[in-house]
Amino acid sequence: MNTIKRYLGIAWILLGPLSAAYLVKTAIVEISAKPETNTIIQWLVITGVFLPIAAGMVLFGYYAFRGEYDNN
Amino acid sequence: MNNSTAKTGIWRVIGASSAGTLIEWYDFYIFGSLATVIASQFFPSSNPTAALLSTLATFAAGFIVRPFGALVFGRLGDIIGRKYTFLLTLVLMGGSTFAIGLVPGYERIGFAAPIIVLILRLLQGLALGGEYGGAATYVAEHAPANRRGYFTSWIQTTATLGLFLSLGVILLTRHMLDSDQQESIRKFNDWGWRIPFLISILLVLVSIYIRLKMSESPMFMKLKSEGKTSTNPIKESFGRKENLKMVLLALFGATMGQGVVWYTGQFYAQSFIENVCRVNFDQSRTILIWAIVFATPFFVVFGSLSDRIGRKWIMITGMLLAVLFYRPIYKQFLELTNVPALEKTMTASVTEQKQGYAIKHFSNGFSYRENETDSTKYTEKRLDTATYWKFVLLVFIQVIFVTMVYGPIAAFLVELFPTRIRYTSMSLPYHIGNGVFGGLTPFIATLLTTVYTGDKLTGLWYPLIIAAICMVIGAVYLSAKTDPNVND
Repeated sequence: MNTIKRYLGIAWILLGPLSAAYLVKTAIVEISAKPETNTIIQWLVITGVFLPIAAGMVLFGYYAFRGEYDNN
Repeated sequence: MNNSTAKTGIWRVIGASSAGTLIEWYDFYIFGSLATVIASQFFPSSNPTAALLSTLATFAAGFIVRPFGALVFGRLGDIIGRKYTFLLTLVLMGGSTFAIGLVPGYERIGFAAPIIVLILRLLQGLALGGEYGGAATYVAEHAPANRRGYFTSWIQTTATLGLFLSLGVILLTRHMLDSDQQESIRKFNDWGWRIPFLISILLVLVSIYIRLKMSESPMFMKLKSEGKTSTNPIKESFGRKENLKMVLLALFGATMGQGVVWYTGQFYAQSFIENVCRVNFDQSRTILIWAIVFATPFFVVFGSLSDRIGRKWIMITGMLLAVLFYRPIYKQFLELTNVPALEKTMTASVTEQKQGYAIKHFSNGFSYRENETDSTKYTEKRLDTATYWKFVLLVFIQVIFVTMVYGPIAAFLVELFPTRIRYTSMSLPYHIGNGVFGGLTPFIATLLTTVYTGDKLTGLWYPLIIAAICMVIGAVYLSAKTDPNVND
């Protein structure tokens, strides 16, 4: 089980930047398609909130990969 | 202290904590429940969707600020104590809610109106961020180790009951402002919507009185008398790897999934029924009210069960069921209100013909408004009795998922962190999970439907993906053991 926990850590490390990239890309596309204040604010709020969380996911994955969550 | 005195004591603790927490949730949710009415009052726009999104953004602002409230008040709670901190949050919440009821509309004071409302909404979010962690910690620190899940589950009922109360007060107010129902609704949309905000001050005053009579948590008092309280709980909570890794685990393995399940079952469901299925205002709310009435006891059932079989697998099962059943449930909502499909099996007769629209009904009692010019052809649907109760059942099932993920989570979070930094440490992952991931569910789901317009169920992908990731992380990394000792 500890091995699975560690290998899955890599998945969480990758999930962070992947979700961040998807978020930023969607925000750019949507804002370009409809450059109104409402659209800009909505996407800025969502991106601003979820990017730090994506960074947290990377840190979680790193801890998992390092065996911090292993069963003793 | 004998057993019965101890029992009376814990029920007083639960009663006093729950009353205040329930009122805070009520205050927080009346804003969300009145999103469309508030949009017309404070957000000038000829486009109703834009106005609704603006309000949801304000609504979302209240959720986003919750983690900051968790930090500010969590720190206070770990330094000066639980009792005075969650007394302060109650005053802040009550004051902001009351003030929202007094703000003049956009027509009278222009852009100052939405700005003031936004600031008050942010204060509400800050207050709620400080409230829940304090109440859950306070009850858990009074509860016996073997019944912690059971006793804290009463606090877990308050969020749903706060929503229930907000819906009930809104519906009652909407129908009692005039003997003519149409006139009553007009008055409610004009000024009556302020009443639910204003009456909250009475509830808050009662709750403050009750809370003033409470004593401090025994565990915190012990820690304080020994001089072991934390001097910098934020640094201790998030600056030390041993604790930070547990904060991250709590967020990604429990609270983010719990958050999306909570808000999908109880907020997005109502929004979907009203705005996508086009069921009328009253029915879309009474359906949720009935579902909540029937499902709320299950918070206590699952909280109690978690004392016997552990917290982890109950929460994980709740997420799994949500992932498996959300799409079939929402598909049913659409099929049951699909007028062209119903017209193939029944004949609709016209009961009222007006300029631009007709009111039609089927023989089973299902009625709707058919618009000639509106881009949305069928609106104001009134469900027949059988369909109505099917809707109640489908929402009830979703609220059962909520009770599974939410019933045991207070005890789970309390057991994860030590007493000296518990308020801060458990509040942050809870409010990022429940407030940010969960609270943004209706907003993001609505936004997704504007990005991917082909599928009416597109909005569900957000809670489905978040719940699925959280379920996997929780299943793999969370411990199934219950920590009996929270006195550390």
